[in-house]
Amino acid sequence: MHDVYSRAGDTADPPLLYPDYRSTAVRSPKQPLITIPQTISEITGPVYGHSDVRPDEADLTKQHAGEPLGERIIVTGRLLDEAGRPVPNSLVEIWQCNAAGRYIHAVDQHPAPLDPNFTGAGRCVTDANGVYRFVTIKPGAYPWGNHLNAWRPAHIHFSLLGPSFLTRLVTQMYFPGDPLFPFDPIYNSVTDAKARERMVSRFDMDTTKPEWALGYIWDIVLRGPGATPLDNDND
Amino acid sequence: MTDKRAGRTPSQTVGPYLHIGLVPGMYGVREVFSPVLADAGMPGTHIRIEGRVLDGAGAVMPDAMLEIWQADAQGRYAHPADGRPLASNSFRGFGRVATDKDGGFFVATVKPGQAKGPGDKLQAPHINVGLFARGLLKRLFTRIYFDGDPANAADPILALVPAERRATLLARPDPTKAGLWRFDIHLQGPQETVFFDA
Repeated sequence: MHDVYSRAGDTADPPLLYPDYRSTAVRSPKQPLITIPQTISEITGPVYGHSDVRPDEADLTKQHAGEPLGERIIVTGRLLDEAGRPVPNSLVEIWQCNAAGRYIHAVDQHPAPLDPNFTGAGRCVTDANGVYRFVTIKPGAYPWGNHLNAWRPAHIHFSLLGPSFLTRLVTQMYFPGDPLFPFDPIYNSVTDAKARERMVSRFDMDTTKPEWALGYIWDIVLRGPGATPLDNDND
Repeated sequence: MTDKRAGRTPSQTVGPYLHIGLVPGMYGVREVFSPVLADAGMPGTHIRIEGRVLDGAGAVMPDAMLEIWQADAQGRYAHPADGRPLASNSFRGFGRVATDKDGGFFVATVKPGQAKGPGDKLQAPHINVGLFARGLLKRLFTRIYFDGDPANAADPILALVPAERRATLLARPDPTKAGLWRFDIHLQGPQETVFFDA
């Protein structure tokens, strides 16, 4: 049975055990994963579309009585597969901390203020060209307990379904030029430098709206069709 | 023409605050997903699966999330790649559940039928599970099979699992209540659950 989805390309993903990220020690399986064929169970996956989201859910600055504090930003890009094809009508979910680096989450004890006008959750569905777009505020950096003086670079969590169980991806989008990159074990768990850079958005003046918001572009690439021998020809 | 393949976006952990984005009801955000995959009118054998997620130290994991993907009672997936009509239009086959403070979870659904397998074989009834948590840099994926199902013996995926580890993939009926099954996930240790790569 041939593979519908690529298997090669795993170098993009971090390993399950990455000792610098301490909690991987007791949470990464010790036994090797068992390789199985891609059956109907894996090449199918949840189908969610425009009827499952509301347009206002893509604007995280309009979910409360007032506007949240912070630097208003537009985050947009294309959802693609490895062949460069757009992934249309696909659910994108995001979550993040506020401009001060505090999550609304009950477990977050960072002594930075909550913002009564910011929850930090959004969702949208990609359009026919695979484009998603959110309006939010730039999240702050925040400390965490992994090691002494550990700080996470500013990031937005992204959840993508794609067209199958195998295209499922949860990742984080970072902002260009963050001085915390060299010190963050989660960012650096992706050991391939080029793959690591694919998690970093770019500032874009054309996306930036005068007198209103800065624009960032970030394309996301999901597992795509398995490579055929011709694909590697003459490259 | 040469196809220029694009590099994949790497996976990153969901972190400890996944609930805000993925199961956000407790933060006042409308939920799209639920641990209840089948309403009472759904054709099929209604079941409830309960279990816990445990780490390598044997500690319960209160910050994990499971995603459930399954066929309907007739073995059909609600997806174009399956292509067969479903027993019910309301069945989407997908659910999410976050673990509670005791690492526990439940799923209420119908027992899936036998989905198509490689070649002409059928697969034994199974539920596909994606596991996410702080400390998991990428999703883990496993399957829940049903102990005692006669189709298990011929299942092409179970056959790839060393015999001594197959029991980690079997939900067991709870004798205290009809329709209740138990399935724990162990990330490490002597009962480490089998995880797959496809």
